[in-house]
Amino acid sequence: MAVPILKQGNYLIASIQAALTDADLFELRNALVTQVGRFRSRGVVVDVTALDVMDSFAVRTLRDIAQMTRLRGAETVIVGIQPEVAFAMVQLGLTLEEVATALDLEEGLAYLVERSKRTGPEIGSHGG
Amino acid sequence: MADEIVMDVSSDADIVTARQKGRELAGRVGFSVTDLTLIATAISELARNIVLYAKHGAIAVSLAEHGYRRGIVIVARDEGPGIPNVSQALQDGYSTSGGLGLGLRGTRRLMDEFDIVSEVGKGTTVTVKKWLR
Amino acid sequence: MDQMLTKPTISPMSAEATAAMLRELVAHLRQNRTRLREEWVQRIIEAQLLTAMSKEEIFAEATSVYDSYLDVLETGSVEALQAYARNLSERIIPRGVETHEVLGIVLLLRDVLARELFTRYGSDFGTLNNVLEAYEPAANRIATTVGVGFVQERERVIRQQQEAIRELSTPVLPVRERLLILPIIGVIDPMRARQLTEQLLRGVRTNRAKVAVMDITGVPAIDSTVANHLVQTVESARLLGATVIVTGLSPEIAQTLVTIGVDLGKMNTVGDLQGGIEEAERMLGYKVMPVREATQQG
Ligand SMILES: Nc1ncnc2c1ncn2[C@@H]1O[C@H](COP(=O)(O)OP(=O)(O)O)[C@@H](O)[C@H]1O
Ligand SMILES: [Mg+2]
Repeated sequence: MAVPILKQGNYLIASIQAALTDADLFELRNALVTQVGRFRSRGVVVDVTALDVMDSFAVRTLRDIAQMTRLRGAETVIVGIQPEVAFAMVQLGLTLEEVATALDLEEGLAYLVERSKRTGPEIGSHGG
Repeated sequence: MADEIVMDVSSDADIVTARQKGRELAGRVGFSVTDLTLIATAISELARNIVLYAKHGAIAVSLAEHGYRRGIVIVARDEGPGIPNVSQALQDGYSTSGGLGLGLRGTRRLMDEFDIVSEVGKGTTVTVKKWLR
Repeated sequence: MDQMLTKPTISPMSAEATAAMLRELVAHLRQNRTRLREEWVQRIIEAQLLTAMSKEEIFAEATSVYDSYLDVLETGSVEALQAYARNLSERIIPRGVETHEVLGIVLLLRDVLARELFTRYGSDFGTLNNVLEAYEPAANRIATTVGVGFVQERERVIRQQQEAIRELSTPVLPVRERLLILPIIGVIDPMRARQLTEQLLRGVRTNRAKVAVMDITGVPAIDSTVANHLVQTVESARLLGATVIVTGLSPEIAQTLVTIGVDLGKMNTVGDLQGGIEEAERMLGYKVMPVREATQQG
């Protein structure tokens, strides 16, 4: 099941629609890393609202996405983690500390916009 | 209502199916959404370990009763390589596959009861339970 | 009475014989329903059981219990009785009927009926023994079923009330847009910690909160277990995109916690509630800063 990735200005938005297998998650990771490079995106939003379970593999993949895209100049923010899922993640020991989170897509985009204002345009200027 | 489901686990699609079916059965017992999420997450971890380390195995989910307490039992069984040092495998962060090493220890935290029997060369059986509050 | 019966001259009955015996016995008890039920109700009132109920109510319930009792004796299946016991418990628990009263009335019925069997079969020792052997286990099962049904229902009610009280004891207050306050008062045990976390997370979602101030001034003791729960609460709220500020943690307690190895670095702590709210507002205000700058420039 492929996750649709939408390009919106400097940002990529991946909205997960249904439960993902490990292979789907790998695919998503690779697609995002490739496209961040291709479009020189400044940020990535991964919307996980539709996920009713996030186990250690899913969380590790999200963390990998954040780290890999960061190396390519894009900040990743995970949005839409459900209350019960957050509870289970913390019980499991997965706190995703190194990754930004926001309530929903709107908040996630606002976070990225604000962040790019704060960090200024330098990153973009010496890119490419 | 079927009181037990047994699922073959040998591919990563089976991991998703196992946790969805398990969640469904647990839902009929009357668990809260939070507990259902904990249960589904535990099944996911156990199923993944089967696929990753033993290639194939089975997960059985059934209703549990103890006196007047009701709950759910999950048994994850495989005939894979087994775990040489179980207490080590139960430590947070210990992984032989470059994983997060949280599956077993985390599952223990998610559930009310946890039991693991593993023998090198024979296989591994993990039994976990969750009681209705 | 029991001594009289110490047997063991009589060989045990077959299952069939037991069933036939029970059938005969039930037929007899049905025939004498009016008299026996009356006697039972009389004894309930004498024993001052079910005092919260009127005589008419007692009579009505007694009739139902009497009939289900015979049904169980006849069929051996307690399911219908279980359902009735649950239903009965639901009705009488709110009126303050106690466990001993419910057990009391069922045991009284058992005895009223046993005595009746004595009178009827007493002349024939062998038959009486068989009758009692068939009757006693069934009667005990009935008593257990009703007793357990009642206790379970009571426990359910108590649990519900506890939940409700707990929920009331931890209000999640949306004080202004995107800001929640959780004044926590009382002891935090693992159950409550979990409920508190669930409430906070739900509150964050429904109010689209960005910051939550959790005030623990009213929590009498904080050991490492409680502190770890608090850390988990903070972590899970962050996964939703909300920041939790913990207030009311005294410097002494903070020091103790650090000494025993609790990672307070994960918690955003501010001295008191007022300070916490100010900090929260700064955080929320900070978010709109760039907009303000933009308008100033424009
Ligand atoms: N079913 C199994 N068969 C064999 N080894 C297992 C099995 N389950 C777990 N293990 C071993 O225990 C270790 C810890 O497992 P776990 O806590 O799930 O973390 P992870 O899967 O991330 O490594 C694994 O790395 C593996 O060596
Ligand atoms: Mg694992």
